[in-house]
Amino acid sequence: MEILLAAAIGVLVAAAAYLLLARDLPRALLGFVLLGTAANLSIFAAGRIGTMVPPLVDQGERALAADAANPLPQALVLTAIVIGFGLAAFTLVLIRSAHDAFGTASADEMDEAERPDETPGPAAVAPAAASPSHRREAA
Amino acid sequence: MHASLILRVSAPLLLWVPAVVSLYLLVRGHNAPGGGFVGGLVAASGLVFHAIARGQAAAMQVMRAPPAAWCGAGLLLALCSGLLAWIDPAAGYLTHRWWFPDLPVTLPLNTAFVFDVGVYLAVIGTITAMAFALVAEE
Amino acid sequence: MDVFFFQSLTLPLVVGLAGAAGVALCRPALAARLGALCAVICLAAYVGMAGAVTTAQSLAMPFWGIPSLGVAGGLQLDGLSLVFALLITGIGALVLLYAGRYLQGDPRLPRLMVLLLLFMTSMLGAVTADDVITLFVFWELTSIASFFLVGYDHERLGARKAALQALLVTGGGGLALLAGLVLVSIVAGTTSLSGIIAAREVVLADPLAMPAMLLVVLGCFTKSAQFPFHFWLPNAMAAPTPVSAYLHSATMVKLGIYLLARLNPVYQDVVLWQDLLTWAGLLTAATGALMALRETDLKRVLAWTTVTALGTLTLLIGLAPELSATAAVTFLIVHALYKAALFLIAGIVDHETGTRDATALGGLGRAMPVTAAAAALAAFSMAGLPPFVGFVAKEIVYEAKLAAGGMAGVVASVGFLVNAAQVAIAGLLSWRLFFGPLRPTPTQPHDPPKSMLAGPVLLALLGLLAGAAPSILGTWLVDGAVAAILGRPADVPLKLWHGFTPVLALSVATVALGVLILAGWARLGPRLRRAAPLDRFGPAAAYDRALAGLVAWAEGTTRAVQHGSLRGYMRTLLLVTALAPLGVLVARGGLALPEAAPVDPRALAFLLIAAGAVATALARGLFAAVMAMGLVGFGTAIVFLTFGAPDVALTQFTVEVLLVVILATVLIRLPLRARDARTGRQRASDAAVASMLGLSVALVLLAVLASPFDPRLGDWFGAQSVPGGHGRNVVNVILVDFRALDTLGEIAVLAIAAFSVLALLRGAGRRLRTGT
Repeated sequence: MEILLAAAIGVLVAAAAYLLLARDLPRALLGFVLLGTAANLSIFAAGRIGTMVPPLVDQGERALAADAANPLPQALVLTAIVIGFGLAAFTLVLIRSAHDAFGTASADEMDEAERPDETPGPAAVAPAAASPSHRREAA
Repeated sequence: MHASLILRVSAPLLLWVPAVVSLYLLVRGHNAPGGGFVGGLVAASGLVFHAIARGQAAAMQVMRAPPAAWCGAGLLLALCSGLLAWIDPAAGYLTHRWWFPDLPVTLPLNTAFVFDVGVYLAVIGTITAMAFALVAEE
Repeated sequence: MDVFFFQSLTLPLVVGLAGAAGVALCRPALAARLGALCAVICLAAYVGMAGAVTTAQSLAMPFWGIPSLGVAGGLQLDGLSLVFALLITGIGALVLLYAGRYLQGDPRLPRLMVLLLLFMTSMLGAVTADDVITLFVFWELTSIASFFLVGYDHERLGARKAALQALLVTGGGGLALLAGLVLVSIVAGTTSLSGIIAAREVVLADPLAMPAMLLVVLGCFTKSAQFPFHFWLPNAMAAPTPVSAYLHSATMVKLGIYLLARLNPVYQDVVLWQDLLTWAGLLTAATGALMALRETDLKRVLAWTTVTALGTLTLLIGLAPELSATAAVTFLIVHALYKAALFLIAGIVDHETGTRDATALGGLGRAMPVTAAAAALAAFSMAGLPPFVGFVAKEIVYEAKLAAGGMAGVVASVGFLVNAAQVAIAGLLSWRLFFGPLRPTPTQPHDPPKSMLAGPVLLALLGLLAGAAPSILGTWLVDGAVAAILGRPADVPLKLWHGFTPVLALSVATVALGVLILAGWARLGPRLRRAAPLDRFGPAAAYDRALAGLVAWAEGTTRAVQHGSLRGYMRTLLLVTALAPLGVLVARGGLALPEAAPVDPRALAFLLIAAGAVATALARGLFAAVMAMGLVGFGTAIVFLTFGAPDVALTQFTVEVLLVVILATVLIRLPLRARDARTGRQRASDAAVASMLGLSVALVLLAVLASPFDPRLGDWFGAQSVPGGHGRNVVNVILVDFRALDTLGEIAVLAIAAFSVLALLRGAGRRLRTGT
């Protein structure tokens, strides 16, 4: 079972990485979400899997039954899922803002819009002006 | 955006059923699957569907207060639930306290539940704030 | 204050620091006098302590330590330290006084004074340090002070370049020194200098002894401008003249000599040490003498003769029996006296005439008689003429060189030529400058005010007095320092008159050759200046090339690494993340498979996840990709549900629904190119990187699963949930009770994300859109 799950997680990670490398940011976001899912599954698997019994103490008992699932990774993963959603939503807003500002959702084109020697913005001028003086100083 | 007829008709159902289910999940969460996170998510998804079906204004009206206020209230409640721990000066912050008053029905009063309600409210606030912001019409 | 405080070795350091603060605050007109006063107080303190220092005895003040690390530090004062301390404070007082007048009216004068006092304090700390850590810290502080002082005229490109060069060369050497000192301390088991010297057998027996020694020697050579690191010193003449006199002739450049002398008891019998010091010293001295004859700028001439003197000192320490140690200490004192005087005189000439070009100057004696007299006295000492102390020093240096065993021939003949050049330059600085035919200068020269004359006159007279009674100098100062260099007292009396010996004959021949060179200088100098290969192939050119190469390399690296392509960064990140753990796993033999458990129908959910993932990656349109991503989420929820995690399954399911709905809504509205824009080739290479990462993660996860599992934490929560948390849902009890503070942090993060989204949409988003 574990071997199969590890293989599935491997495929998931590979798909996530492939999407992260895409040119358009929405695809990268999907990759981001898949990577989060893969991480959650890995944590879950690392706490050992196999049993179907949830970590609930039976009525009248004081301790968890021996065959119950490990509760700790579940607590970790549960919050991680919600936070992952928050992160995805935040990224989505960023992508939308960037799209509104640059008129594109392609990472490569946004990079060109930021290149200092082509479109000098206030942030881009400073390093460009600083570097020649460095060179003079050192030479 | 014009929601489909099916969505518009089923909207009240999609709002109130999750709301009730979410409260049920919240209350029983300490002893059975459920809790503040899950409950909050279910309630929030009902509100998000409502916003998609009937518009953001309608959903906001159901919520009465802006999502950010829900979020803040939840955080504040969770934050304050830990203060009662200091009845016992030796106890750490967020050490929950339990009282079992002598009543005909078992009614465990405890600060852990208050904390979970804080989580519930914060999750509702967070998710709806983000979702409304994203699905809102320009 | 009691007597102990005045004898305290910390007193000069405290006075120096307090003086630096005081000088910064007081009126510029008073700054020089206050600074000089501080230096005089320190001088008096050391003179007071001198009585307690003999050849067999030193003052020690342990005052800090970290016993658990075996580190103990403190200050000490023995004969060697005393010689340096007196030179630093004595010349310091005169230089501070001089500088106040020399740079009168310069608004940056207070800064110069502060830096000079801080430098003096650092120097005193370095030469009185009893442990290598304190020594190193003060050593580096002198480099930093030197950086600021050389770059005093920071608006000039040349000054900035020279300051940077001095800092890079000495600072680079400082790194080597630090490594060397740490190695020595580890081997010796103590950081204390006296402890290291006492443990010399242990230090030398260790295999690390030679690397440590070489590193220390490297540090000393850069600091004391030994070949091939000598080139920074003449360039440091960009500093104001008082600074050059103080730092770059009398004191700081001798710090390397100090440490070589200090560690000589450890290494004196090591052949490599002797050879290294002898040959480097010889080469340095010869280079300095040759280059000095090429220059016409008075300060650069003096700088090259300083290089010569530093080479001679290194050479003498390398030779090291009694005679040469005595010669080294004597020459050190003598050189500091006459060279500081000559630098200050060069400053006066510059100040009064407006030029430092030796070819343009002459016959100044009539206009500035006192300066001329001081210059003559100092120059006689430099030339080594009787009855000046320079003669005493030169005689004993010759004696030491002639006694240098097998190398005596080479050492003495190079020494002979070098000394002849010194004589010629001494003549240049006195005879030609002040007594030859008068040459017109930019401004009308006259003697400067007393505060500027005090330094050169006093130093020159000291040279005459010490020459008249060398035995006093010997017993007072030299013997104690020699004992520290050799690790045992040596009895070599200093005498002015040795009788008619071969050394005397050599001296006479030196002076004769020197006079000849002086006579031919007007023709020899230009010829040497035209010898361009000296500039093209020297270490200075190598430094320039190395620096230019470093800058070019840094630019190339930056351009290659900071290429500005998001996809490129991502690729690098993913590849490293894939290969690094995989490499460790393979190298350590960690590849393993967990025990194969029987496969049941739940594995179908894994298949759903994998299929959904592949579909997401390969989907043509964005909408289809979102739907496929939802498939992965539902598959994951099923995994959680069927493996005993209903809470997590519920969370995953709800989140997935929300995410798919929101993504679909938002992405549909954006007018996006729905297709993946990558070319076929890019897709193939991206797929290769991605598969590598997937493989790596899967293998690491399998190795984790194959390793033994520690269930204690889960078991503890399982056992404590009901008694401690009154809840049967262990996951929920962990979240709201046992780890409630973590949960609080998590909902706080969620809230921050929500507020950021709102802020971004309301403010930044609009700003971005309108482009303001």
